[in-house]
Amino acid sequence: MLLIPCPHCGERDENEFDYGGPAIDFPELSANTAEWHRAVHLPDLDECNLEEFWFHAAGCGCWIKTQRNIKTHEFQVFEQPNRGQS
Amino acid sequence: MRYSILSLATQAFHNHQHWPQIVTPEKLKSHYNIIIVGAGGHGLATAYYLSRNHGINDVLVIDSGWLGGGNTARNTAIVRSDYLLPASFALKHFALELWDSLSQELNFNLMYSPRGYVDLAHSDGELEHFMLRANAMCLGGASASILTRRALAEKIPSLNLDKQSRFPISGALFQAEGGVVRHDAVAWGFARKASDSGIHIQQNCAVKSLQVDNGRVSGVVTAQGAISADRILVAAAGGSAGLMADAGVKLPMQPINVQAFVTEPVKPVLDHVVNYNAGLSYISQSDKGELVLGGATDGYLSTARRGSFARIEDTLQRAAQMFPYLPNLRLMRHWSGTADIPMDGNAIVGKTEIENLFIDCGWGYAGFKATPAVGWKLAELLSGGQLPEMLEPFALSRFAEGRLIDDAGIGPYPWLH
Repeated sequence: MLLIPCPHCGERDENEFDYGGPAIDFPELSANTAEWHRAVHLPDLDECNLEEFWFHAAGCGCWIKTQRNIKTHEFQVFEQPNRGQS
Repeated sequence: MRYSILSLATQAFHNHQHWPQIVTPEKLKSHYNIIIVGAGGHGLATAYYLSRNHGINDVLVIDSGWLGGGNTARNTAIVRSDYLLPASFALKHFALELWDSLSQELNFNLMYSPRGYVDLAHSDGELEHFMLRANAMCLGGASASILTRRALAEKIPSLNLDKQSRFPISGALFQAEGGVVRHDAVAWGFARKASDSGIHIQQNCAVKSLQVDNGRVSGVVTAQGAISADRILVAAAGGSAGLMADAGVKLPMQPINVQAFVTEPVKPVLDHVVNYNAGLSYISQSDKGELVLGGATDGYLSTARRGSFARIEDTLQRAAQMFPYLPNLRLMRHWSGTADIPMDGNAIVGKTEIENLFIDCGWGYAGFKATPAVGWKLAELLSGGQLPEMLEPFALSRFAEGRLIDDAGIGPYPWLH
């Protein structure tokens, strides 16, 4: 059971969220196949401090970005996604 | 020793104190022809077929835990082959053919119960898609049919066919050969036969790393020292990624939690395996009378090996839609395991870029039903033969080449499975 710290609503039950997956640095669209393969299939994920996106569907309706240890389910810090960048 | 009514009577006479162990403990050698890392269903089946089909007995199966203590013991024991894509279908169909006679062959009761697999459709569109899938299965040699609502009512009288329910049922795909197999017995049955033919099975001895020199694997380093081998198969489910990463091969997999649970035992109420498709919830009744339930993954990356209530609630709500009597029952046990799901949700089986190093992993939560077929085909590969046609689509190289086997048609999002 996750209690996800939403910056707008506080700690809320995971039931209220849709998962957006880990935050991955994708290359430029013009990058070659090998680079895209590495980014899509073999991303470097920090299991102790995984950056990921959640959509607070049954709350504020915002996408939020969190950092979570996927073994202990502890959340470290959280922030709103920077809408200015990809 | 051969199990029979005679051996049972003899042992009963001795108060069951003198049954031989299933696996004979052996002293580890310093070199084996083949080492299999992982004593789950897949690893043990491979060992058994190496001996049975190819006469290779100089094999070590090694595991950090006990026999079949990983995902072999953490599934819901369902076997079926209702897949649309030829690659996914072929292996599971071959497995179903093997399950049929495996109990006799292993002289070990695997309790294969072909009670019929019922996959529910909730709209005319979905039912039409199921017809496509059933036709594909028939072309592949399996038997599959479509059940109308009337046929469903006859087959499963307790199923809720109310048209006013949230996701009314419009029909189902039916596979008569689908059913359940006692999962623990699969590991024990294969292990016993493999051990009988001289194959060494070492439990509670972790493989710490692989020895790789100049792009060729030469052995493993274990808690009890180094052991060399001509060929090595890594079939360690979630443990595979770490071992392979040490050897310089990064696997496109992500760890996700999967849960299952059983209710208190009741008298026989359900004699099929039934799968609810508006969301996911599957249910069958064990021989003890417990209703065994499972659902989708927890839906986010996790190696915690503990489940979330959200998924339990979700799975049970859907199960209660099918069988409205279910909320009267209490849950007795619950377990979860870490499934390593590749980026297209399908397994990674076959060769790696390191010579003599083979891999079988990434089965997510779909590996149990394929166990004997994978063992058979991997034995063919490990014995020095060509890569079997059935394994070719599951190559690790498919990710770089863009040949994904995307059964669900959802792209590279393992957590959606």
